[in-house]
Amino acid sequence: MLAVAAGMFALAPFMINAAPNEATMGLVYKIYFFHMPSAWMFMVAAITAGIASARFLFLKRPSADGWALAAGELAVVFGAFTLVTGPLWARKAWGVWWVWDARLTSSLMLFMIFVAYLLLRKYGGPGSDKLGAGMALFGMANVPFIYVSVNYWRTFHPLTSVVPTLPVEMGIPLWYCVTAFTLLFIVLLRMRTRLEHQRARVEALYLLEDES
Amino acid sequence: MRLRSLLLIACLAVMPMAAHAAVQPPSGDFVPVDETVPGEQIPALPLIAAAYGFIWVGVLGYVWSIGRRLQKVEAELADLESRGK
Repeated sequence: MLAVAAGMFALAPFMINAAPNEATMGLVYKIYFFHMPSAWMFMVAAITAGIASARFLFLKRPSADGWALAAGELAVVFGAFTLVTGPLWARKAWGVWWVWDARLTSSLMLFMIFVAYLLLRKYGGPGSDKLGAGMALFGMANVPFIYVSVNYWRTFHPLTSVVPTLPVEMGIPLWYCVTAFTLLFIVLLRMRTRLEHQRARVEALYLLEDES
Repeated sequence: MRLRSLLLIACLAVMPMAAHAAVQPPSGDFVPVDETVPGEQIPALPLIAAAYGFIWVGVLGYVWSIGRRLQKVEAELADLESRGK
């Protein structure tokens, strides 16, 4: 699956290059083909972390904590991609790097929630898993607000209606990139979760060694 | 099994593109043009290169970081398991 994702990423520049320019934004709108899938994976990672945390908290599934931590780290990675590529696009399209509208501000908040989550998990000591799970649930609750914010508050940001109304020659490379990013997300989530589960096994073995 | 997974991935990749191509949408917010808009004040290319470069470097760095951490933990795990035997 990693090879398929890598192959799709290698072909992506050719697909994006073949897409036409946009009438008002020109060439710079092509950042959209990586920015939008990054933003979607950012939100998917936050939802995954929230669901896994709920399973850990309410159903007492210890392995779900590994999934939550992996997804939390991915939320930070894809959040960084979104929050760096967005301003690069905005600088040209809007004339400024950043505006404090609802979409950008709430996205930054979600990113900061998951940075805080990772710091808590790394340095929080005993009990940080449960505290972190609560935090991830709070992060997940932020996602629907981010998604609809552009439709309810005044903003320069493209609305959610952009995707279904894209012309075919722009839509095909976009969906290609969405698929590539989704595959990448699945691969990274599985790799990172495996790391966390192996760590749990190491800890269990150390405990066993101390007891004997 | 592997072939079936690859076929499933290929179908998942093609479906949204085919659906998008099949339904010609009404006039949207993004309007395609054949040429670059004349008189651009800020060059777009460095911004695009920075955006794509950041993601490429970020993905490669992150995959490398997970691989390195995984290798370390698995070596530790093998060591502990061999000590326990």
